[in-house]
Amino acid sequence: MTKLRGTGFAAVNYPTGMHLGGDPTQSLVHATTSGNFVVTMSSVDLGQGLKTILAQIAAEALGVPYETVIVDTGDTDTGPHCTGTFASRTTHRAGNAVIMAATEARKAMLEVAAEKLEVSVEDLETDGQGNIHVVGVEEKSISVAETAGAAHFELGKTISGRGIYLKPPSPMDPDTGESDPDSTQAHACTVADVEVDTETGDVQVLGIKSAYEVGQQVNPELVKGQIVGGAWMGIGHTLQETTAPYYPAIDHAPKDFQSYMMPGAADMCEVECEVLEIASRNGPFGAKGVGEMVTNSPIPAIVNAINNALGVRITQIPVTPEVILRALDEKAANSA
Amino acid sequence: MAVKDLKIVGQPVKLRDLDTHVTGETVFYEDVRVPRLLHLKMHRSSYSHAKLLSIDTSAAQASPGVVLVLTHEDLPGKKVYNALVGAGVGPEDEPILAFDKVRWKGESVAAVIAETPEQADAAAAKVKVEYEELPAVFDVEEALKDGAPNVTAHWPNNHYIYPDDHKGAQVRFGDVEKAFAEADHIVEDSYQTQPIEQAPMETNGCIAVPEGDGRITVYSNTQALQFSLDTAAGILDMPANKLRFVGGTVGGGFGGKVDIMPEPITTLAALRTGRPVKFKYTRDEEMRVSSSRSAWRVYIKDGIMNDGRIIARKVTTYQDSGAYLRFSSYASMKHCGHMPGPYSIPNVWVDSVVVFTNRTPSNAMRGFGVMAGSFALEVQMDKIAETIGMDPWELRLINAYREGDMKSHLKPVEDAGMVETILSAAKLAGKELPANFQNMSSLDRKAG
Repeated sequence: MTKLRGTGFAAVNYPTGMHLGGDPTQSLVHATTSGNFVVTMSSVDLGQGLKTILAQIAAEALGVPYETVIVDTGDTDTGPHCTGTFASRTTHRAGNAVIMAATEARKAMLEVAAEKLEVSVEDLETDGQGNIHVVGVEEKSISVAETAGAAHFELGKTISGRGIYLKPPSPMDPDTGESDPDSTQAHACTVADVEVDTETGDVQVLGIKSAYEVGQQVNPELVKGQIVGGAWMGIGHTLQETTAPYYPAIDHAPKDFQSYMMPGAADMCEVECEVLEIASRNGPFGAKGVGEMVTNSPIPAIVNAINNALGVRITQIPVTPEVILRALDEKAANSA
Repeated sequence: MAVKDLKIVGQPVKLRDLDTHVTGETVFYEDVRVPRLLHLKMHRSSYSHAKLLSIDTSAAQASPGVVLVLTHEDLPGKKVYNALVGAGVGPEDEPILAFDKVRWKGESVAAVIAETPEQADAAAAKVKVEYEELPAVFDVEEALKDGAPNVTAHWPNNHYIYPDDHKGAQVRFGDVEKAFAEADHIVEDSYQTQPIEQAPMETNGCIAVPEGDGRITVYSNTQALQFSLDTAAGILDMPANKLRFVGGTVGGGFGGKVDIMPEPITTLAALRTGRPVKFKYTRDEEMRVSSSRSAWRVYIKDGIMNDGRIIARKVTTYQDSGAYLRFSSYASMKHCGHMPGPYSIPNVWVDSVVVFTNRTPSNAMRGFGVMAGSFALEVQMDKIAETIGMDPWELRLINAYREGDMKSHLKPVEDAGMVETILSAAKLAGKELPANFQNMSSLDRKAG
């Protein structure tokens, strides 16, 4: 028995938003009587943290404390349209829609504050702590709560905003493929270290080191969550997962998590990552989509590492122990 | 490197529902409690390809607890659908409930609605279907051969037909054949991925609740609420204002919850019975019935110069759509848009063909159309490096696209960052590169 080690890497890019665009998302923002803000959407949170990052984006664009932003999503009777959560699109599309709605609401809020303070709107700024004050004169201020109360009960004004983001649809030329397919591209480069048991064909991924270029991060912890989860999924795709173990035959299709193998905690290696932020031209505060790309770079990196370890050339996934042992047999036969 | 002066964007704020996800107190669609709830179970095809001679539901109807059995004859609106019909994709090719033929093992044939899940299951097993088995095809290139079993009449040669009668989505940029003739090296290989399950913790499902005003509220774990609503309304031929979809907090998706499979039939069951109805995929159904990631076969031929420049890339891809179209034509177009990867290559030719087989229909999954492309391209890049005797890092850095380079679909590169990302990963992994490579930038080609 020999355990051979190898290193491989892969560089990938990934588009943000649905291919060829045409996938809008809308947002509505309004102030409550006590100066909180409700962001109404119908976007779906799959666990990736959509509700959290939309509250961050809304707070930033409104200039109010994060804690005062309520995200209300998931009801088609109240939330305006969202195309859906996929295509690494929601941070970009929903984020931009929220900025547009929040900008309109902020303008309405500052107009009320200006009336109360008897100054012009252009002279006002927010401190992000719940106050609006005259630029350079912090004591001449009014709280967001007082402003919202005045808007409701004294002035009869709404503090609200509407937002939408649409990348206009770009038809693809059927002959040449000419098109404007994406809003921006994110980038990844992953280095994988593996150890392969030449007797059993078992592969252990020893470590994954990645650089991800995702534009402005809205929430670095949630980006890291995507990266680590994506690496985990990538390891499963590379080494274990298939619904057709005898592809193209359909026999022995797995029916549960006992027969459909995915990596467990013991199979998971350390994931180190470096995150680069090269702003996108059109993303919310320069953000790009990160959700899908994180699975894509580990897969070829691990396959390249296995090929590097064994001196073989495997070109299929999953690289099961059977695939490894057959590749070693073929190598032995060729060198004989 | 902050993009601009920001207060809360860029901060590692705690996930708002983190605590309740951990304690199990987050409310998902299944946590909705309604009285008099009925349960739907599906009788499914036991053949991969067969003529459907007859469906006998009498024993199922008489089974204990059964309230309703639905077959294709009970559908008030469409018999076949494609969820992207509103976006101009067609023809609609997939039966809501099978008639005439079944084209994959697990296809929906009859829906049984009963007082308990167990009663619905027991009754679904009593639906009697008479089949005449037909030859089936499972391999994409076998399916394209003359004389292969035809999966659906919409696609006489078992492949999707793109506009202008094209067999595949395609890219034509420069002249690959001329460049191959000029290249110092030709490197060819083929790559294969297999169908993969999205494996969300929470399986597909919904609860449809009739309201007093004649509307139906559908609690769903779809990844796209309005899309599911519009699709369900279209299938059932009912005004969209009769439906309300509620969701937005979902136990994992990964592309596996955009099929709109449970919602239309459950809504119909609620309309017909006047009672709330729940349809929750079992793990078995999630694994074998709900869409998988497509299997992809990718052939790559590259022309390379001695100095490492890739001057031509020809890609022929076969995407295994399974028995029906779903979003596969979109995925092959996205696959085309992704080529030739993060590199500037002056001559690019791509044909991406959607092939129909008697497999469970495939559909979206994380990296739709792109994952298999990136896998193939990056394993190919190592083969090129080995063939021409060049360091694989240097090969990628030489070819990585720079800001303003013209991509093969005639859009200049924007927001480029591949070079910096590769250099950052090299540093993280302790890879030493010559100074001229370390000084490279996405902004120009001066170094190197």
